[in-house]
Amino acid sequence: MSTDSTKINNQPKIGATQIRLLKQLCNACAVSGDEGEVRTIVLEEVRAHADDVQVDALGNVLVTKVGRSSSRKKRLRVMLAAHMDEVGFMITSDEGNGIFRFETVGGLDVRQLVGKPVWIGHDHIPGVIGAKPIHLTTANERKRTIEIDSLRIDIGIEANPKVKIGDRATFATAFARMGPSIRAKALDDRFGVTTLIELIKHAPENIDLLAAFTVQEEVGLRGAQVAAHAFNPDLGIALDSTPAYDLPSWERDHETEENANYNTHLDSGPAIYLADSATLADPRLVRHLVEAAETAKIPFQFRQPGGGGTDAGAIHRARAGVPSVSVSTPSRYLHTAAGIARLSDWKNTFALLYIALSTLTSNVLSSER
Amino acid sequence: MTELITFLNSLLTSPGLSGHEGPIRELIEPAWRPVTDEISISRLGSLHGLKKGSAPEPRPTILIAAHMDAIGLMVTSIADGFLRVTEVGGLDARVLPGQLVTVHGRQDLPGVIVQPPAHLLPEGARKGPVPLNNLLVDTGLRPQRVKNLVRTGDLISFAQEPIQLQADTLAGHSLDNRASVAALTLCLDELQKRNHAWDVWAVATAQEEETLGGARTSAFQLRPQLAVAVDVTWGKSTGTPDHKTFPLGKGPTLGLGPNIHPGLHSSFKEVADNLEIPYAIEVMPRHSGTDAYSLQVAAEGIPTMVVSIPLRYMHTPVEVVALKDIRRTAHLLSEFIAHLDSDYMEKLTLEEQT
Repeated sequence: MSTDSTKINNQPKIGATQIRLLKQLCNACAVSGDEGEVRTIVLEEVRAHADDVQVDALGNVLVTKVGRSSSRKKRLRVMLAAHMDEVGFMITSDEGNGIFRFETVGGLDVRQLVGKPVWIGHDHIPGVIGAKPIHLTTANERKRTIEIDSLRIDIGIEANPKVKIGDRATFATAFARMGPSIRAKALDDRFGVTTLIELIKHAPENIDLLAAFTVQEEVGLRGAQVAAHAFNPDLGIALDSTPAYDLPSWERDHETEENANYNTHLDSGPAIYLADSATLADPRLVRHLVEAAETAKIPFQFRQPGGGGTDAGAIHRARAGVPSVSVSTPSRYLHTAAGIARLSDWKNTFALLYIALSTLTSNVLSSER
Repeated sequence: MTELITFLNSLLTSPGLSGHEGPIRELIEPAWRPVTDEISISRLGSLHGLKKGSAPEPRPTILIAAHMDAIGLMVTSIADGFLRVTEVGGLDARVLPGQLVTVHGRQDLPGVIVQPPAHLLPEGARKGPVPLNNLLVDTGLRPQRVKNLVRTGDLISFAQEPIQLQADTLAGHSLDNRASVAALTLCLDELQKRNHAWDVWAVATAQEEETLGGARTSAFQLRPQLAVAVDVTWGKSTGTPDHKTFPLGKGPTLGLGPNIHPGLHSSFKEVADNLEIPYAIEVMPRHSGTDAYSLQVAAEGIPTMVVSIPLRYMHTPVEVVALKDIRRTAHLLSEFIAHLDSDYMEKLTLEEQT
């Protein structure tokens, strides 16, 4: 591994500016299919730093940052993908007097919706998802999940011309700090979006960086599919956020036994993927990431193999195939009103990606998979 | 003069769970001090404000009560840095996952109520709503820090900020019953400009959500001739039974049932009719679910009335109320009080006037 040690020591970091950007992005609303608000922020941030910026037919932002060192032929074309969209709601019917029916977009647990404030449409008009008062429910009723057919978005007893059928809505949770943690909606995947913006601003010169800010990840990895086709990269890395289920378990075989199905832990650093429902990570890329982390003494963890998926699921099958892997910042309670993640994990995720990219050469892919 | 929305917003962002009303009482007291003649605090923590009437002494007294306590949670144990909790007041566990809270530990800590994934829950709690005792609160702090800052018995308040909605409606937690505390305050403001014969004891009661203990003890101590409980009632919303709920923005409800004195009910109706204040009759066939239940049986018994403000999504952190219903309630109360003459009690009969 050839590493310019000076550059590593002076490497860019996640600081107050980056946290402000993450806050701005988390507080923006961009439900799958309506990613404009995040796209606007992304375009504003990257334009001055990019060699080429395109918005494609689906709304993906495709940014090219050409490398400077070595010859064009020797530089790897590295696609990095972070999805701009988030799970949320779509207004399906106006029942009058400020009451609206809605559907969920992306994987949302209906039990997480009750009693939550929401922001509707591009103007973030406030509304609430109410519930029948406990006094008017029976004990039996309280054992049943409140299904979405019984839920409404209520904007207050009158209509507002700015709220209409087709509008998207999100949980109205403002970004906040909690000691060593961050609390926000849409950390999945504003972590990835912010990380990718920073990587463009501080692009390693040894590679051609092909950054895809994708749409519609939460409804089938659809943006990444066309983005990977367009970029035709040598390899791909999806930057995402993955659940940390590091909570106490009610059922332990022994008092001392840990919860064995944690997926990831907070405070254990970036999560490198091995296998999920959508991708079998390329072992050469996994090895490179692990070596980079160990050399630079950056904590990391393997995401427990299992379900779920990232944009890598679409990227690795593009054209004739793209060696791919995913790296995620762990967060608790993704796809709910309030995710919780550690700032230190995000810092380490960025540090690992920066070093792994800076040390990436065509040797990584010179052996067969 | 209290500005309603500003005052309500301050009430809604202050803790004050049942039995621990100090923080909310400290906000109400300065609003009442300039519009009352005497302020005191009961042994159980209710706030009393006396506004003297103009009749010669000994003057009759009316007590108007609105409970100031809020529902919330209490820490029962700590597991690996996560808090296990129980309820203070009646909570439907189905509204809790994902709610923002404040943990009142050695310092106030922001927290989130979390629903653990199914595979970490005991058999039987994996499907459907997760029961309260299987929910956790996450403060975002590491386990050792949590151990240092939080103890069993610490209170947890909802942290949902109030939200202004369309048409002068407001969403927030604890609008039950701080909407009524605001109505009492506006009523005291209005009485500044009105002649009223009777003494008025405004009482912000403690512990309504758990024991009704504040109202009972304050009524005993103050011995009013009449008592009025001001509370919230179920607002009409999707999925609620039509016959038990009331529309927002169409005025308060006047309670009718065993906790309510029929003659007093008629007097309120008459005042509302004369002033063309819109209202609905709310039938309360058993326990009214308000302070009236204990006011009525304080000491040798007190003729009692219930006036309620319709409120949607009661006992969730996004209760919704129409501000004009609060204003109308305040106006009705002050007009009723101003209308009381010194021989009102002699004329009061148990018959409902139709």
